[in-house]
Amino acid sequence: MPTNFPLFPQQASAQAGQVDAIYFFMVAVTAFFALLIAGLIVFFSVRFRRRHRDEIGVPIHGSLALELLWTFVPFVIAMGMFGWGAKVFFDLYRVPAGAMEIFVVGKQWMWKVQHMGGQREINELHVPIGRPVKLIMGSEDVIHSFYIPAFRVKADVIPGRYNTLWFEATKPGTYHLFCAEYCGTKHSGMIGSVVAMEPAQYQAWLDGGPADGTPVDAGAKLFQDLACHTCHQQDSQGRGPVLTNLFGSRVQLQDGRTVVADEAYIRESIVNPQAMVKAGFQPLMPTFQGLVTEEQLLQLISYVRSLSDAGAAPGAGTAAPTQPQDRSTLENKR
Amino acid sequence: MEAPALNYLNNGHGAASWLLTKDHKRIALLYLASITAFFALGGFFAMMIRLELLTPAGDVTSPEMYNRMFTMHGVVMVFFFLIPSIPAVLGNFLIPIMIGAKDLAFPRINLLSWYIYVLGGLFTLVAALSGGVDTGWTFYTPYSTAAANSHVITAAVGIFITGFSSILTGLNFIVTIHRMRAPGMTWFRLPLFVWAHYATSLIMILGTPVIAITILMVAAERVLHLGIFDPALGGDPVLFQHLFWFYSHPAVYIMILPAMGVISEVVQAFSRKNIFGYSFIAFSSLAIAVIGFLVWGHHLFVAGQSTYAGLVFSVLSFMVAVPSAIKVFNWTATIYKGSVSLDSPMLYAFGFLGLFTIGGLTGLFLGAMGLDIHVHDTYFVVAHFHYIMVGGAIMGYLGGLHYWWPKISGRLYSEPWAKLSAVIVFVGFNLTFFPQFIAGYIGMPRRYHVYPPEFQVLNVLSSAGASVLAVGYVLPLIYLTYSIFAGAKSPADPWGAKGLEWEIPSPPPTENFGITPIVTHGTHQYAPSKEVGVV
Repeated sequence: MPTNFPLFPQQASAQAGQVDAIYFFMVAVTAFFALLIAGLIVFFSVRFRRRHRDEIGVPIHGSLALELLWTFVPFVIAMGMFGWGAKVFFDLYRVPAGAMEIFVVGKQWMWKVQHMGGQREINELHVPIGRPVKLIMGSEDVIHSFYIPAFRVKADVIPGRYNTLWFEATKPGTYHLFCAEYCGTKHSGMIGSVVAMEPAQYQAWLDGGPADGTPVDAGAKLFQDLACHTCHQQDSQGRGPVLTNLFGSRVQLQDGRTVVADEAYIRESIVNPQAMVKAGFQPLMPTFQGLVTEEQLLQLISYVRSLSDAGAAPGAGTAAPTQPQDRSTLENKR
Repeated sequence: MEAPALNYLNNGHGAASWLLTKDHKRIALLYLASITAFFALGGFFAMMIRLELLTPAGDVTSPEMYNRMFTMHGVVMVFFFLIPSIPAVLGNFLIPIMIGAKDLAFPRINLLSWYIYVLGGLFTLVAALSGGVDTGWTFYTPYSTAAANSHVITAAVGIFITGFSSILTGLNFIVTIHRMRAPGMTWFRLPLFVWAHYATSLIMILGTPVIAITILMVAAERVLHLGIFDPALGGDPVLFQHLFWFYSHPAVYIMILPAMGVISEVVQAFSRKNIFGYSFIAFSSLAIAVIGFLVWGHHLFVAGQSTYAGLVFSVLSFMVAVPSAIKVFNWTATIYKGSVSLDSPMLYAFGFLGLFTIGGLTGLFLGAMGLDIHVHDTYFVVAHFHYIMVGGAIMGYLGGLHYWWPKISGRLYSEPWAKLSAVIVFVGFNLTFFPQFIAGYIGMPRRYHVYPPEFQVLNVLSSAGASVLAVGYVLPLIYLTYSIFAGAKSPADPWGAKGLEWEIPSPPPTENFGITPIVTHGTHQYAPSKEVGVV
């Protein structure tokens, strides 16, 4: 953990350096301009101080050249900052291929984490270093925000949709996990730790923890228990669409729109089935809102995803091309 | 010039002569009294916050109470102090005088707007006294509509009502500036204070109805369970953020533009020199008002809004910084070859320049998308907007109050005490809020009742600064009040400043001008030279 009086956050992710670089650049540029203005004001106030009671200033009405100069220069600098900031944003936003996936559910006032291997944690998140990790996050109640200062990453966790966030931890250690969006009475208690570990230790941690079935297995069981299978059959005889190879495909809707079957689409189709009815089907499906929890929704999505080649969630041993040494057996689905 | 026996202050006595007045100057004083009361209330909440944050543990207030404190602090300061402060007090008092008019275009509506403000304020007071609101001043859904167990409706109604006061004031100013200018008071001879209020009024009229509708929808969802924002009812929680910031970001310009208007006047008066680049300052106010409406999405960079929308909001946010930069450079250039006198209003103006510059420049950090991810919702943001709203808007307000106090009250205050208080406010402010930039970058989230111990040193500095700042705010209350009873009588123009307001007695007569003035040149023309040109 940090020292008692830090003045700068730890850098513990692959992104942290990028964010700090633009930060230092902006500190330097803005400090220059702030000091320039302050210096000029002080200098002018002394140099042109009133020397006798009735003195007046020299009537100068302006200078077009100067106006253009101090319009153009700040504009160019501002556009440079915009471009750099946008580039960093895209780097922080685009998840690298092969990122390991973890589900996160926020609720007042805790973070619930579910690993693809079935391990669950509350207010703790264990991750390996040297490997991109993608969090798929939903909320059970109000808006939260998942924030790891040492990694310089943050994303709001919003009920009714999934937001994602990715990072690659670079330094083993325990780091703060904060809820950054005000969420009620114990908002400041909705904190925890992110534990970044060497891959071997991480593997040991995975093996040591109790795993109560992978999300895919749990989803498959829910699929039976909720009788989803009576309509969504393996062949096209069912009243509902076939789910095999659905995930990641483009779906033609009744109202003419085409959407990609991603996590949000499947979630919406479970809790609000009338919103996006597939072309050629009747809006027969009842809503499951209130009948399944956010975590169960994520399990159902995992299951639907596992039925599709495109949806095979990375995380299994084959899916980390950038880190071939990582022997993770995060999920044993399929 | 000897003050005439009859002026707006002694022309009529008793409560009714004040509560039923249609004189813009008396209405300004009604506002002055009420916003000062709300400022004290908001300041009390701030002190409770800083007291709690002295230690990492939650030991002064319960979490429920703490959340109510920062919510009420924000609601009171934003809606009941900052937004009305300069426009409703100084603008109300000065705009008619500055353009050579006898009153605003709609004196009755002006009085009505004060009553509406008071009614809205009463609702907020009731909300506060009956237990407060715990949603944050931002009222984010679905927390505010589905989860919060506090007096959301009462506070929402208060804000809804007081919005109409803003709308009416803005409307009144715009019509007045268009229709009531004295002969010869052309658009490009208008004092920049008036230009700033024109831009502000545009935002008030165009933006305020949106917050009113939004807050009404929050109430409707909370009471009637209409699914607007709550996903459990089929709504979209992020829609609220779009609507809220569509008003609330421009609202920042409602607070800062009038302060910029004050600074333009003060810098000219105490440099005895006309402004450098008049039309650049005037049009940059309009540019801020217009572009300011198109940047709200920079509050949603981490809320999962479309990346491409984010790009557009980011580039527009950087663009809105340029007109502010133009103003700062022009103010600085105005001092060049001036006859600079560091009287207390000028000290406040310099304080504004320093603090607003820091506040504006740190806004660039938040507009840079990749950097905003890290600092969003941390104390970095808290520091940034306090530099704008307190360092900028309140410094401007105090500077203006000191500059025009002899005109308003007809009395001179103690200049040494005023200078001292300007310095105390500047030092106390920086001590309070500069450490918050550091705490924010280290990662301390805002709205935290308890916090990890490594943030304590910075928080102690902040709390210490807040006590210094409090002294700086109490002092003017004392010496300005004292001056009313024991201050020397002010001449018409105690500063040697130029402008129509300094040509009439202090305090002004009820009708402002016995004979409508005929204007032949721009406002701050000190040198006997040609017409102040338009650059």
